[in-house]
Amino acid sequence: MGFYSGWIMHLLYLVLVYLVAVLVVAAGGVYISRQRRSRLSTSSKKVLSAPPGVATRPPDRTQPKVAVDLKPAQTDGSAFVASPKTEEKEPPKSLSAGLSKTRGVIGAALSRMKLRGGLSEEFWSELEETLILGDLGLEISRDLVSKTRDAFRQTGLNSSVEAIDLLRRQMLADLVGKDRSLGLLGEAPNLILLVGVNGVGKTTTIGKLANYLANNGSSVILAAGDTFRAAASEQLEQWANAADVEIVKGNSGGDPASVIFDAASRARAIGVDVVIADTAGRLQTSSNLMGELAKIHRVAQKAPGTLSEVLLVIDATTGQNGLSQAKSFSDAAHTTGVVLTKLDGSAKGGIAFAIERELGIPIKFVGTGEKIGDLVPFDPETFVDEVCG
Amino acid sequence: MFDGLGNRLDTVLNRIKGKSRLTEADVDEALVEIRAALLEADVALSVTNNFVERIRSVAVGAAASRSLTPGQQIVKAVDAELVRVLGGESLKINYASKPPTVFLLAGLQGAGKTTTAAKLALHFRRNGRSPLLVAADLQRPAAVEQLRTLGERASVPVFSTPTDPVSVAKAGIDEARRVGRDIVIIDTAGRLAIDESLMAEISSISQAVQPNYTFLVIDAMIGQDAVNTAKAFNETLSLDGVIMTKLDGDARGGAALSVKEIVGKPIAFGSTGEKLEDFDTFYPERMASRILGMGDVLTLIEQAERTLDEEVTKKGASRMMEGRFDLDDFLEQLRQVKKMGPLKGIMGMLPGVPKELKDVDIDDREINRIEAIISSMTIDERRNPRLIDGSRRQRIASGSGVQTHQVTGLLKQFTEMQKVMKQMGIGPSSATRRHKTKSNARKGRRNKR
Repeated sequence: MGFYSGWIMHLLYLVLVYLVAVLVVAAGGVYISRQRRSRLSTSSKKVLSAPPGVATRPPDRTQPKVAVDLKPAQTDGSAFVASPKTEEKEPPKSLSAGLSKTRGVIGAALSRMKLRGGLSEEFWSELEETLILGDLGLEISRDLVSKTRDAFRQTGLNSSVEAIDLLRRQMLADLVGKDRSLGLLGEAPNLILLVGVNGVGKTTTIGKLANYLANNGSSVILAAGDTFRAAASEQLEQWANAADVEIVKGNSGGDPASVIFDAASRARAIGVDVVIADTAGRLQTSSNLMGELAKIHRVAQKAPGTLSEVLLVIDATTGQNGLSQAKSFSDAAHTTGVVLTKLDGSAKGGIAFAIERELGIPIKFVGTGEKIGDLVPFDPETFVDEVCG
Repeated sequence: MFDGLGNRLDTVLNRIKGKSRLTEADVDEALVEIRAALLEADVALSVTNNFVERIRSVAVGAAASRSLTPGQQIVKAVDAELVRVLGGESLKINYASKPPTVFLLAGLQGAGKTTTAAKLALHFRRNGRSPLLVAADLQRPAAVEQLRTLGERASVPVFSTPTDPVSVAKAGIDEARRVGRDIVIIDTAGRLAIDESLMAEISSISQAVQPNYTFLVIDAMIGQDAVNTAKAFNETLSLDGVIMTKLDGDARGGAALSVKEIVGKPIAFGSTGEKLEDFDTFYPERMASRILGMGDVLTLIEQAERTLDEEVTKKGASRMMEGRFDLDDFLEQLRQVKKMGPLKGIMGMLPGVPKELKDVDIDDREINRIEAIISSMTIDERRNPRLIDGSRRQRIASGSGVQTHQVTGLLKQFTEMQKVMKQMGIGPSSATRRHKTKSNARKGRRNKR
């Protein structure tokens, strides 16, 4: 009695966990290491691949603008990383808006660089810091800058403008050529499942997506699959009204998978093209909730029609934890794309770049505001300009 | 993917171990790793750079001390500095002499304000207060309904009127006076720090109600933007403290450090789960080791306590102490540990796990495979694996859908594990092994002590 109380009990927990972990790793070692080797070889290939079109193409985009931007910039020495607040208010809705903003900031920094003469060590580390500030993560930022640096040296370029253009192209090379369209060509109804951690904006995104698809001529039904969060289905209902689409709801605390199945059945019965299903937010560390998500995914696959897209919603303010989110959600529900929300804030959303680059999950849409029209297809150029700015 | 500071410094210091004196360059190299560890934990760049500069002198001191383990000393110094910054004065709530005491919650969209409001209300109610929740988020669809539902769960009344946020907040305080509630918690709409009109709105709410405490609610998963957000909210509202949410995830939570540096006010509470009870005082020590990736034992223990069945764990532990931990016990424990979530996450929280082990890509399906293999054994075989001959092995393999060498591998590993346990001093010493019964085994251990 009382022998296992207090810290001894704690110690035992730890020992047990440790032993199980050790044994699982050891026993799994044989084939894991085999898998790893093959995975490593493919990934290293990816890392080594040179950027297409590096060569000597003139930096057409930025060149003419530099002269304009040589006007005196911030003098506090942080011009390159600072982002003027007044300009940031404008959401990155069009390519040109994003570009002009970028040129403003980069141009200001460049003028300072040029005055210092040549490309100093400081220039490269400021470039790296810009990417870190954009939440691309240390490793990717270092990698991008060091590759840019190599390419810069090899091509005999000499201005910082050209260096930054190289970096842009380096980043674009990771993003171009991906299929970012929604695959909605399966047997109707096509089911789109939205997943993600709490508070990233899943429900709002569904409202916007319903509006987007309806505007593009699809008929849509919403499935209120978040039966957990208080008033989540009421929130979705308001979006359904705004987008003028039907909604299928279940009971609060009910089985989310069956709500989604019902919505698909209803869509099949009345001949609707697309079902967009909400799910409760869940942290990827909760194994119970991730298990529930896997079940939702299985049921969605068996529901009438086709499970066409599983979109992971990522909040642009998310830091490096985004990678862990993407990994776990892909394991549980085979994510087919990312929706990057809240890009109208001061966060750059660089973690989405990291997710696409590391895990190959393409960014498909971006959310840029609270209004129903504030959802646009992802545009790599605008995004890269934002991050580089 | 992410290396904790401990591992990062080990790599550097292994290289320079043989040196009798560490040069400035060596220290610089260590600082580079400290910087990397902080950035990977999402500590804001400017905060990271300042922090590293502050650590420099400590690191030089540690390096010069000719200690055998300068690395450990540097890690300790960094940890101490983190705790100092994260901790400092804690928030002590002084209730207004003329009630109600008013709390205003502000933050970005999706940070968890509404849930936090209800958690805070429950916290006060349990401390013998009588809070009133005021739903002033009229922006997000159904936010008021959400707070009403949560208020019901917390047994705390919720007030709202469909007017405008400033009027709701003011009317809420009048309502609290009228019905005699001594605490008012005002939930507000999420807003971006760069949205001038919404920032002006929250500023007018604040001026209208003159809150006793204004808290910034911030998501533990936030990245570099934490600085901009904290700065803007602090300038607009002059915050009294910070509440961190979603600490139950696996984010390293560097934002805590960033926000603390910017706001300079205590991180008052941490939110650690979806249930309303999952809300607690913030622990700087835990956050420090979490940011450094040095293992978060306390969190692990809490997680274990929440998910593991104490009886089953006790049984497993006592079998272990008696040196009779067999495959059947292992299966039982395996199923328990499985409940705690992905093994990789658990390993990350365990201190002292060798780097090699942490680097392995752990496939959690491996647990299922092991579970299947052991489940395919008879009870006798689990108790006494030596029974398992060629044909039994064949049967177990086909029963669990694996190759026979995988069964063999598992058995071999289990034997290894038993050896490790002995090395760790778990189980009876050889002198007491003969005792078969529980009480004897225990007596044996006590005598030994």
